[in-house]
Amino acid sequence: MTLFVKYDLDLLCKTLLKEQLDAQDISYSLGSLGEIHIEGKLSPEKQENLTAALKKYGIDILSKQKVSLIDRIKNAIDDYLRNEDFRTEKLSTYLSNKLHYSYAHLSTVFSENTYMSVENYTILKKIDLAKELICNTNLTLTEIAFRLDYSSVAHLSRQFKKTTGLTPSVFQSIMNKKKN
Amino acid sequence: MSDNILNIALADDDEDDRMLFSEAINEIEIRTKLSLFNHGQELMDYLTLPNVVLPNLIFLDLNMPIKNGQQCLMEIRNNPKLKDLCVAIYSTSSSEKDIEETFLNGANIYVNKPNNFSKLREVVEKVLQLNWQYHTSNLNKETFLFRI
Repeated sequence: MTLFVKYDLDLLCKTLLKEQLDAQDISYSLGSLGEIHIEGKLSPEKQENLTAALKKYGIDILSKQKVSLIDRIKNAIDDYLRNEDFRTEKLSTYLSNKLHYSYAHLSTVFSENTYMSVENYTILKKIDLAKELICNTNLTLTEIAFRLDYSSVAHLSRQFKKTTGLTPSVFQSIMNKKKN
Repeated sequence: MSDNILNIALADDDEDDRMLFSEAINEIEIRTKLSLFNHGQELMDYLTLPNVVLPNLIFLDLNMPIKNGQQCLMEIRNNPKLKDLCVAIYSTSSSEKDIEETFLNGANIYVNKPNNFSKLREVVEKVLQLNWQYHTSNLNKETFLFRI
């Protein structure tokens, strides 16, 4: 006999977390996006027990909550750059709406942990996308500039040169030669 | 600040250059552990030791006795264990031919040795930031080419 089940992952994880946290006698509330808010501080012993208990279910307590926030910021920037519909609002507004923190907080956490500002990372990522389009499509630089929301092809070329030290055409010729 | 430490290797036959480089890297906020090598062969011997902790980033001078930078670069790219290492060329040469050749051989970053210390610090910091982003972000390593 085979039984078929349907499950709600979010509910499953939350129930499991509740059971484990209750078992350790910890006062807490569950937030969204994998956050557990704990009243006061955990004793090292309790933290160790909780870590071990959750480990069995493949749940890891992230050593620094900020590290995962960095990844969420980076993912949001990627989405923002790849999707024209999101770019009706400013990046700062988009990030704070999406991640529910003030932009000032996000940008401080980001710079402190990645040695780079959100703005510089965004430029690096944008140039990375331009490189990808140069290598993998037949789009002209003008079309690429338009796609990535540069005001002009000159602006893209300037930022490309400033960021990579190479002009788009030198970059393209090196990449073509590398392929052969 | 982040707890991670970047392992950096530098191969350069000039003692003064090695010293200035380690002073510069010590002044940078990013935490690093630097290993120094006097020439290419010394570096390659180290990289191919069994159980070695591979560096996150290698700076290679081009003109070195015994084994030069281009030779090291080619050996690194042809070795399955080493081919994904990030390599920055660190040279006084600004000939376009040298630069293109190193990129074709698989260098990620080409750095012209700056002629003053504050510039050197700035340049090394920029390379470390780029390298950091390429290790921790979703950036395309196939197109990891920068000239600084």
